Amino acid sequence: MTITFLILAGLTIAGTVAAMGLRNLIHCVLALTLGFVGLAALYMHLGAQFAGFVQILVYIGGVAILAVFAIMTTQSAEPVTRPGSAPFWVAGTLVATGVFAVLAWAIHGSGAHGRVLPAEPVVTAQQIGFALMRGYVLPLELMGLLLTVALIGAVVVAIHERGESI
Amino acid sequence: MSPLSSYLLLSALLFSIGLAGALSRRSAILVLIGIELMLNAANLNLIAFWRYGARPEALTGVMFAIFSITVAASEAAVGLGLILAMYRHSKTTDLDKMTSMRG
Repeated sequence: MTITFLILAGLTIAGTVAAMGLRNLIHCVLALTLGFVGLAALYMHLGAQFAGFVQILVYIGGVAILAVFAIMTTQSAEPVTRPGSAPFWVAGTLVATGVFAVLAWAIHGSGAHGRVLPAEPVVTAQQIGFALMRGYVLPLELMGLLLTVALIGAVVVAIHERGESI
Repeated sequence: MSPLSSYLLLSALLFSIGLAGALSRRSAILVLIGIELMLNAANLNLIAFWRYGARPEALTGVMFAIFSITVAASEAAVGLGLILAMYRHSKTTDLDKMTSMRG
């Protein structure tokens, strides 16, 4: 466990906890962006540079911007966001703590402790491109189909219907 | 503590944070963000297992993570579109006030 890992893990946890705990929704998404940056840096720390850049492009450039747009479109009628009432917080935190306890117990009992770090693999974008075009070409095409369906579906679901107010 | 189990513990913690947010927040957008966090925790697990696995040059974990990110992105797009459609019907994104599917 290196100091780099500790810093990045702290950044990620701080960002995500703030994203789930803050009152203002826009602040939540900004904190979430910090958490995504930490996660992308962790991917790069693990040697998966391409996945780290994909994480930045998709989550910070796509999902976070989309969430900000959704908040700005919907928040005008309700400027003050009410946080969850106290019983919800207690119940949610209790369930999450229970899940974390079970997962930590399972990790503690697994063979993950004895794992030694193998030599760092050389992963270039070229290798990933070859892999995508050879072994993973069918999943790649399916992903393209899924993205097209999701794009059209999201537009159809959210489209402004004629004759409707707003 | 070995590095792999510290990554797994971090991932479990991220999953729990996302789960707590998805269960306790009342804004539909934040519930969706909590679900995204849980997906991200799974991606961190995939990449950590790839790095500490037997044959990292096979790129299996990275490929799985990239496809998983793609699916999560399309899920976020459709989910936010659904939230906008619900907002148009019920004029709120508060899940407690969305009591009817017909608005």
